Formats: sequence, structure tokens, C-alpha cells
Amino acid sequence: MKAARLIAVLLAALTGSLAVAQGDGRRSGYRDMGAVLQKMQDDDTANPAMLYVQAGAAAWAEQTGAAGKSCADCHGDASVTMKGVAARYPAFAADAGKAVDLEGRINLCRMDRQQAPALAPDSENLLALSAYVALQSRGQPIAPPDDEHLSVLRAQGAELYKRRQGQLNLSCANCHDDNAGRKLAGATIPQGHPTGYPIYRLEWQALGSLKRRLRNCVAGIRAESWPYDATEYLALESYLMARARGMAMDAPGVRP
Amino acid sequence: MANVLVNAPKTAKKGDIVEIKALIMHVMETGFRPGTNGRIIPRNIIEDFRATWNGREIFRMKMSPAIAANPFVSFSAVATESGTIALRWSGDEGFVAEHRVDITVT
Repeated sequence: MKAARLIAVLLAALTGSLAVAQGDGRRSGYRDMGAVLQKMQDDDTANPAMLYVQAGAAAWAEQTGAAGKSCADCHGDASVTMKGVAARYPAFAADAGKAVDLEGRINLCRMDRQQAPALAPDSENLLALSAYVALQSRGQPIAPPDDEHLSVLRAQGAELYKRRQGQLNLSCANCHDDNAGRKLAGATIPQGHPTGYPIYRLEWQALGSLKRRLRNCVAGIRAESWPYDATEYLALESYLMARARGMAMDAPGVRP
Repeated sequence: MANVLVNAPKTAKKGDIVEIKALIMHVMETGFRPGTNGRIIPRNIIEDFRATWNGREIFRMKMSPAIAANPFVSFSAVATESGTIALRWSGDEGFVAEHRVDITVT
């Protein structure tokens, strides 16, 4: 009897947590990929993104730039201070007076605090640091800040998401809202929730940022990619994070 | 030193079959791809991977350009004695990486 009650409670707890995860029909890319890839991501000694995390942990502690400071000198233990941080970006950086994504924040710190040159977009060092920071948010719900500085950006992102463009005349929504879960050349179209960035994409054979993913999609609809520093990416990232609000982070992810 | 992730049991019973998994960061450039300047990017791969248990070879693998970046290798061995499992990768451009794990066999 006691056992039966325990099982009932456990079942209720399980279905309760599942309801939170899928009750509204949102599915992360993790859920849409095969069991083999999920296993690869879950095993920290098989997930190739963890190689970058290893490099990121070393970079976190390395004193660099004219200021001779490391990330750790200000932020201390990343597992404490960076918990949930990646789940909040893009955010408004008051010191720079503009919105930045996580990579942008890292570069702001590098330039202002460490007095070191900014790292190039999608460079190995920047990805390593962002992967290390993002790892600290694993399991944390995506929580975009309620900041009015971001609402303009989000609105712009929402508009971009629905705008048809390129030679194929497709919008993001045409695939990721209208046809999510269906196949595109053998691959399942995900709903496009950025829960696992930076991701180790097998097709890239490397780690890549959300910006790289967006550039890929834009090229895929045969539109012209915006320059790396364009606000369009930031707008789309802000919108996508708001769209995925509450979903659990699974960074650094593996994707096909 | 290259980034390496190794997953091997710390302890095993004598006669057990243990699985050793090793992941290493490497570009595994095939030597067939042109770069942005149109010239072929020179081949840069890991050619050889070998594992020894207390100095005795237990696994060897020759790698080829068709193997993807950051190769992941999994193999098994019979636990015979306590000691050190040493893994060594070597390849183009003088690449060498070594990693050791200790295992206690009871």
C-alpha cells in the first residue's frame, strides 16, 4: 500500500514536470533529435562541446590583457556566479548603453575590464568562454529580463521572424512555426528554441553560436546574411529567447 | 597540450571487461578542401592512436582523413592488473597528445 502510494506520488511528480516541459506544446531541439544524439549530449565525456568547456574553464582563470585580470578575478567561481546568466541574455548592458548577447558581454568585459582586444565572432576562444558560462545555466529556465530597453529589440525580432525574405521567400515562421516537427530533406525541423547554445553541430564539426545558426538559416532561404555586428541578430536572438521563456537550458548542446 | 576527455572506470574486478572512451580536440583537416583563398588546406589529421596498460599495448588504431573532427574512440579491455592506462595520439604537423588514467583492479 505504502509502495503504491509512493509510486502514485512519483508518477504525479513526473507527469507534473513533463506538463511544465511540454504542456504548451513547445519542444526544444534536444527533444526533437534522436536517442543516440541525446545520449551523446548527456554524456559529458562524449559531448564534444565539453572539449570547448574545458578550454573555457582554462580561459576563465587566465589573466590577460593590459589589466592583467582574469574573469575569475572579478567573478570568482563560475559555477556560483554564472549560474543562470546565459539564460538571461541578450540583456541591456548599462555600462555600454546597449543590448548585448552573451558573446557581446564577454567582449565588453574583455575590452573594458581586461583591456584586451575583443575576440572575433565565432572564434574558438569566444565559443570556449561562452560554452563554459552557458554550462553553468544547464537546467535553468530561460528568463529574459523585463527590461524596456529590450522590448523594441524584441518587437523588431518578432517582425523579422515573420518577414518573408530571400529568393525562396520564406520567413523563419514558415519553417519553425508552420512546419515544425515535419521533415526538411530528412532532417526534423525544430521549433527553433535556443536552449542549447553554443551548440556542437555535427554538420559543422565544431561549436557554433546562435548567430552562426541564424546566418545558416538566412543563407538557407537564399537571403543575404547581415554583417556580423548587425542588430538584426540581436533582435532575433532577443525574440527567440522571449519565445522560449521558461524552457530549460541544455547548453552546450549537440545538434545534427 | 590538446584538450582530451577520457572516460574510464577507476576500479574494476579482475577479469572484468572495461570500456574506455576517449575524445580529443582536433580539426582532422582532410587535405582535400580548398580554403577561402582557393588553395588546398594542407592535410592535418591524427594518424595514430594507441593505448597501453602498464606499458603493454591493448589497442591501436590508424586514422584516416575521412574521420570527422574531434574524434571519439571507444574500446574495451580485460582488467588484469592495477596500474596506468596511457593513451597517445600522434599525427601530422608533429601533433602528439598523451593522457593517463589510473585504474585499480581487485
